[in-house]
Amino acid sequence: MLGPLSLGVDAGECVCISGPSGTGKSQLLRAIADLDPHDGEVLLDGQPAGSIKPQRWRARVGLLPPESHWWLSTPGGHFPGGSPVAPGELGLPDDIMDQPVERLSSGEKQRLALLRLLANRPQVLLLDEPTANLDPANTARAETVINRYRESSAAAVIWISHDPAQVARVGCRALRLADGRLQAQGAGA
Amino acid sequence: MILLSHTDLSIAAALVVMLALLSLRLQAGISGQLLVAALRTAVQLTLIGLVLKALFANVHLGWVSLLALFMLLVAGREVMARQERRFTGWWGFSIGTVSMFLSSFTVTVFALVVILGDSPWYAPQYAIPLLGMLLGNTMSGIAIALDRLTQSAWQQRGVIEARLILGAHSSEAIGELRRQAIRSGLIPIINAMAAAGVVSLPGMMTGQILAGTPPVEAVKYQILIMFLIAVGTGLGTLAAVMIGSRRLFDERQRLCLDRLREKP
Repeated sequence: MLGPLSLGVDAGECVCISGPSGTGKSQLLRAIADLDPHDGEVLLDGQPAGSIKPQRWRARVGLLPPESHWWLSTPGGHFPGGSPVAPGELGLPDDIMDQPVERLSSGEKQRLALLRLLANRPQVLLLDEPTANLDPANTARAETVINRYRESSAAAVIWISHDPAQVARVGCRALRLADGRLQAQGAGA
Repeated sequence: MILLSHTDLSIAAALVVMLALLSLRLQAGISGQLLVAALRTAVQLTLIGLVLKALFANVHLGWVSLLALFMLLVAGREVMARQERRFTGWWGFSIGTVSMFLSSFTVTVFALVVILGDSPWYAPQYAIPLLGMLLGNTMSGIAIALDRLTQSAWQQRGVIEARLILGAHSSEAIGELRRQAIRSGLIPIINAMAAAGVVSLPGMMTGQILAGTPPVEAVKYQILIMFLIAVGTGLGTLAAVMIGSRRLFDERQRLCLDRLREKP
């Protein structure tokens, strides 16, 4: 159960949240994405979540959960408007969109889920350990793609990461969630 | 019509006892259940026979409605009991019951008034058997469809939420599961219609023929009944799946699996 906490993120800012497992980091992101009921208030450009249609809210406040799920047989069908970034930029093979989903590795699915989320052009990115299944080279590629999107779209990013080096690389601000409270952890890059 | 004596029924009962003894010998572990079910058949059908006899003698809308209500409530309980994951609280009972009321009752009253046109329209000789057959089949369809819906929503919650996350409306996020649930509820009656007369001779028609009705007349009744059952099951399944899938989401279209609980 999360305690009372307050967090503001500016447009184009990236806030990294770390902290021990089970302290409610994912729960916080799910609450912001309006997937779980909560008693708090979440505002986007001053508008409370409750005043915006839920499907509109979730399209604007995009969550990337740690595990990706697919409902069609190939990834391509999940991108009706095409991929926003060439799959190669994330170290994915060019024909990945036509491969059967069940044959993809967890790392490939995680990067495709990131692309699927970016294709939706959200104003806020809620990233729950987006590079957890990736090797260092692909982690760097994913960080580059996310940072480029954040800068070009002035998107606010909340990024959960357990890797201090990654927090230093991508985070404008680093916070730690422990005992239900958010504490500043020093500035990143 | 050849009237059956108690001895005739005893001979058939002796065959069931023989089957029970055989399964006991083979240690199939089903003889107890078989005998209890056979006993229930005898007791329940005898009771309903007596009730119908009394109803036929005192034709009154109140009595017919009372029996119809009793049948509906028992069917509603049965639908709930067949769910592996049922809705919590009153919803568990009422989704199936309301759907059956909307479909079976409407279709039965429609058939009685518009198609059969007997006087009075609620004549128990037609109303009760018709409602019974509709309820029995609609009950199965709804039970299968609701079970499929709740089980698949539970298993595929990740997919449902993935679609919600991307901005899908709840009805879009659960749309495929809803279609599958409706299909599974309707497949038994579609199969029954497809096989009728070729693979199987439906029970009602067989009963009428055994009772001396000319085959062509029995066939007409059977066609009518099967069409009514198809419509009743279809409407009931649709209603149950629509109400059930709405109940799986709250007013902010969040998936609420805490509204389901596992079969005790």
